[in-house]
Amino acid sequence: MRRLINQRPGRGEKLLLGALPFLLLGAAYLLASRLRLAANPEDKLLPPLAALADAIREYAFTEDQRSGQWLFWADTWASLRRIGLGLLLSASISLALALAVGVVPRVRALLSPLVGAIAMIPPLAVLPILFIVVGLEEAAKISLIVIGITPVITRDLALRVGELPVEQLIKAQTLGASTWQLLLRVVLPQLWPRLIDSLRLGLGSAWLFLIAAEAIASTEGLGYRIFLVRRYLAMDVILPYVVWITLLAVATDWLLRQLRARAFPWAEPAS
Amino acid sequence: MATVSVRHVWKEFGAQVVLENLQLEIGDHEFVTIVGASGCGKTTFLRMLLGVEQPTRGEILIDGAPLRPEPDPDRGIVFQRYSLFPQLTALENLLLGLEFRGSRLLGRLFGARRRAALARCEALLEQVGLAAARDRYPAQLSGGMQQRLSIAQSVICEPKILLLDEPFGALDPGITADMHRLILDLWAANRMTIFMISHDIQESFQLGTRLLTFDRLRHDPQAPERYGARVTYDLKLQRRNAA
Repeated sequence: MRRLINQRPGRGEKLLLGALPFLLLGAAYLLASRLRLAANPEDKLLPPLAALADAIREYAFTEDQRSGQWLFWADTWASLRRIGLGLLLSASISLALALAVGVVPRVRALLSPLVGAIAMIPPLAVLPILFIVVGLEEAAKISLIVIGITPVITRDLALRVGELPVEQLIKAQTLGASTWQLLLRVVLPQLWPRLIDSLRLGLGSAWLFLIAAEAIASTEGLGYRIFLVRRYLAMDVILPYVVWITLLAVATDWLLRQLRARAFPWAEPAS
Repeated sequence: MATVSVRHVWKEFGAQVVLENLQLEIGDHEFVTIVGASGCGKTTFLRMLLGVEQPTRGEILIDGAPLRPEPDPDRGIVFQRYSLFPQLTALENLLLGLEFRGSRLLGRLFGARRRAALARCEALLEQVGLAAARDRYPAQLSGGMQQRLSIAQSVICEPKILLLDEPFGALDPGITADMHRLILDLWAANRMTIFMISHDIQESFQLGTRLLTFDRLRHDPQAPERYGARVTYDLKLQRRNAA
């Protein structure tokens, strides 16, 4: 018998093992739901599958009579737009800051303490300020995402710049590179894959800040809907929404990973 | 065309004297090999020639003019490792130096100028035996191929002085003979002065036209940092197999 650390599952077994926890969770839910409903048919905490399906049909495939919208898709679009814009802005700001801070010692001396301090501000604490300053509209929600994840991404990217072998930077100078050319042709291209990694890690926080902002002041969005129907204990709506948000996050993560492998093959670990 | 004058150069790090009173006149197109125990200041000397360290006292002149206190295209460098750009293919690594020179703003060449530069790079790749590896990334090249590429990358910028810091130290002994032939060919074809640090005495005699040994002559057991290294031997070598 080989040691456990040397026993590797085959392809099929791996799939099966990966699916097992999900199946168990699903089964546990169904069982618990049935038990609760048997004890109290009015129970709202763990609705049966049929109720979940009804809620999905009502929200995703029926036009809302009051607003004339398909609520589920309108919410999805609103949230994805906010998170997409937030990530895009964060990525741009972080990249510019990290390049300047990482490469130019004077800029590092100037900005590094500031970035460090801003990173320590709990973003939710500035949410009221954002609402007061930029209003309750889209800008506040996107700003919260940006404020929440930009410092972390910036510091991660600046660290990456610091990890570049000093030999590379010296070599580039002996090939005649100016500071600007060094940024553009040596440092920036090596930051792209790390930026994707940082975004993947920041994705969870971004959703957290988005849902927090939507819960407090919004008229649409996935987070808004969850907190709205919470008042009626509408678990049949909340649960599908949570699953959907998770799926969206997983899909984004997967897309980013594919993008990294396709666009930056040189940065993939040797297989 | 490059002569190097090292005049009364001292290098100290705090109380630690690393090099004391170096005096050297290096003629044009010399191949200087440098040997010595580790920690005796060979690399510090090379780093001063490169411009990333400045002498504490004294001065270094190239063709009679003071050395610029930062790296520039007059002085090429090949480190033991890490001097290639991982995101560029072999060909693009060579092209980069020409692009830096040809395009201040974008650092990229386009159209006819790019084609001309590429032709030059491909010829050099052929010369260093890497034509088949032109589209591979550095991580996909063996150690010897990486060093050949790194040397070619420096040579294409036509430096007056080429600095080599134990360039073959991390390679298999089997391929160093190839590397020696390559560096001698490039040295003969380009009018540059070479400084090479080596830990291999035989290699140093074989390649150099001039061999320097660095060593600490004086030693104070109570204050070992008190005295630095000097050039203890300065040998002019006759090349047996003249290039």
